[in-house]
Amino acid sequence: MSDFVSGYWSWFITVPTVAGIVWLLFFTRSQSKSGSTDGETTGHVWDEDLQEYNNPLPLWWRNLFYLTIAFGVVYLALYPGLGSFPGLLGWTSKGEYEDEVRAADAQFGPIYADFLQQDLEKVAANKDALRIGERLFVNYCASCHGSDARGSRGFPNLRDTEWMYGGDPKAIETTILNGRQGVMPAWEIPLGGQDGVNAMAEYVLQLSGREYDAQLAAIGKEKYPQLCIGCHGPEAKGNPAIGAPDLTNNIWLHGGSRQSIRETIGAGRMGRMPAHKDFLGEAKVHLLAAYVASLTGDYETFSDER
Amino acid sequence: MANDNYSMGVVRAFSLMTLVWGVVGMLVGVIIAAQLAWPVLNFDVPYLTYSRLRPLHTNAVIFAFGGSALFATSYYVAQRTCHTRLFAPGLAWFTFWGWTAIIVSAAITLPLGITSSKEYAELEWPIDIAITVVWVSYAIVFFGTLAKRRVDHIYVANWFYGAFIIAVAMLHVVNSAAIPVSMWKSYSVFAGVQDAMVQWWYGHNAVGFFLTAGFLGMMYYFVPKQANRPVYSYRLSIVHFWALVFTYIWAGPHHLHYTALPDWAQSLGMVMSLILLAPSWGGMINGIMTLSGAWEKLRTDPVLRFLIVSVSFYGMSTFEGPMMSIKTVNALSHYTDWTIGHVHSGALGWVALISMGAMYYLIPRLYGRELHSTKLVEVHFWIATIGIVLYITSMWVAGIMQGLMWRAVNTDGTLTYSFVESVQAMHPYYIIRFAGGALFLTGMLVMCLNIYRTIAGARPVVQPIPQPSMAH
Repeated sequence: MSDFVSGYWSWFITVPTVAGIVWLLFFTRSQSKSGSTDGETTGHVWDEDLQEYNNPLPLWWRNLFYLTIAFGVVYLALYPGLGSFPGLLGWTSKGEYEDEVRAADAQFGPIYADFLQQDLEKVAANKDALRIGERLFVNYCASCHGSDARGSRGFPNLRDTEWMYGGDPKAIETTILNGRQGVMPAWEIPLGGQDGVNAMAEYVLQLSGREYDAQLAAIGKEKYPQLCIGCHGPEAKGNPAIGAPDLTNNIWLHGGSRQSIRETIGAGRMGRMPAHKDFLGEAKVHLLAAYVASLTGDYETFSDER
Repeated sequence: MANDNYSMGVVRAFSLMTLVWGVVGMLVGVIIAAQLAWPVLNFDVPYLTYSRLRPLHTNAVIFAFGGSALFATSYYVAQRTCHTRLFAPGLAWFTFWGWTAIIVSAAITLPLGITSSKEYAELEWPIDIAITVVWVSYAIVFFGTLAKRRVDHIYVANWFYGAFIIAVAMLHVVNSAAIPVSMWKSYSVFAGVQDAMVQWWYGHNAVGFFLTAGFLGMMYYFVPKQANRPVYSYRLSIVHFWALVFTYIWAGPHHLHYTALPDWAQSLGMVMSLILLAPSWGGMINGIMTLSGAWEKLRTDPVLRFLIVSVSFYGMSTFEGPMMSIKTVNALSHYTDWTIGHVHSGALGWVALISMGAMYYLIPRLYGRELHSTKLVEVHFWIATIGIVLYITSMWVAGIMQGLMWRAVNTDGTLTYSFVESVQAMHPYYIIRFAGGALFLTGMLVMCLNIYRTIAGARPVVQPIPQPSMAH
């Protein structure tokens, strides 16, 4: 692979490289012939006392230089380097990467293939499988969900019992495989401005059993059946089919303060869980799903042993 | 008659600012080293976060401290070895005020988060233009001085200073080429992997020409002067000069091993980096062997010790560099703190020590005084050396450990360690590194005290231009 748009550029690289290396050799050789160790200087004097001896190039230094040049010449013959010349070994970084991946798949593939055959429930009960799942989790999932899987604002806590898209192992696997795109529309205009947003926020606070302003909440409650019920349902229990969260359990993905709730209602929210099917493959996702499912409602254990 | 004297005012100004910027840059370095060990020291103030202070540190030590040392010594050396006054002394003063203003603007814009986000070239386009203007003025003064020299031969130190000035001009202009979108924001004219390649062509040659060729110029004047011995080999200086400037310019791609950079470019970068070993060592040999027959001076002269130990660190880091450019080694060392250790063995061990040695030689002569205390130079030398050793050994251990942790794989093919575990494992080494940096800064403060005592109340001396020793 050379990435050159025309043959010219290949020569543009090759000729100065070869010429430069040849020049280094000849120049060094040409300067090797003279010099003497008997303490004679070049005869020039600067700034009253600055002089230079005319010592020859140290032999070991010259040989070291030749040695590195020889290595360079051999390397450029064997590996890509001189323009589009691929090198005698035919080596490419892409080829090496593919070889390594193939070798890893051959070595580790059977372990994962074995687990893929098993039901998620069975995998989730297997300690070895969970250990693999945990290692996968800390490397691939922790940057968003945290190394303890408790999430942070905008990234769901995976240890509680709240599942926006369903918490059974199969649903979790689907979420990891294909990703999710969560959308809460912005309601400021339909609600008639900030006052309407504030009123609705009071009603939402009421739904989750928090302190609220009864007068405003009543206004919000009136609007709920028109604007919110489609996704969050008549009892505000949410709808896992479309990822609409339960509004009654006082669990908040984007923050539960009055201000955060107003922002969520007024400006909307976007949430994106990326798809991992192509990136990790089904077998690893299978183990991850089992691991994540095993965390549900588990606030305590997080193995420190490794 | 004024023209019978060297113009040393601008040399004095740059020399003193070398000390000031040295303290500032190293202090910021110690602060960010502490932040890495104890992140709470960010204080949640955006202006003090690591991300903004780190470029401030690198700009302050490389371009403010190192740059001022290079300006001071090149103006001094060019005059003394050409037996002539500076060409256009007014323009030389412009470079002083211009360069200092650029550094101040860096100290303001970087904490504000104004950055082009190119490493070692973070300053935004208006400052880049100012740098270009000052640099061209510098070239006019320097080469103008060489042009009106009263000796036939151009002394070797000036070749290196000259190469440094020309190469840095070229690097700066090409890498900083950008399209401004507002007063304080621009985007590089290069995109993708080409941008990365230009960036590291610049980045590595900033090391090669700013931090190497320039300081080799310093070495070639101050080592033989302080040792009072002729340079070891004129032949060697010719060969290693040309080999060095030819080879360095190719070495950049070794910063981009195992990336989207095409294989051929990676190979060339690695091969040229290896070929660079001997040309680099040529400078080391010429520096150290200049002492042959006068080794006993090292026992009694701590200034000479600064100079010679710096050349030794130069030899060590120019061995380490080619080794790290080998792809197999790089696969372990890249992205780890080993790189940071390597850089600092060059930056603290070579660049800073030789600058300090040169300033200990230069400043007393500019003021016609003896150094206040040789004992304090000795103290500085040991504090600094211990600081360097703590810094680089802790980063070697930490970096290799990081590299090994990142690649450790379990029998099931999963990674043994999560990233955060490798971060956690770094903590003790970050503390040791902080201690090393703090020692190095302490040494710098000792130097400032010593120099202050040396020149307090002193009048700058007039240095008459001597006749060239022989007619050539």
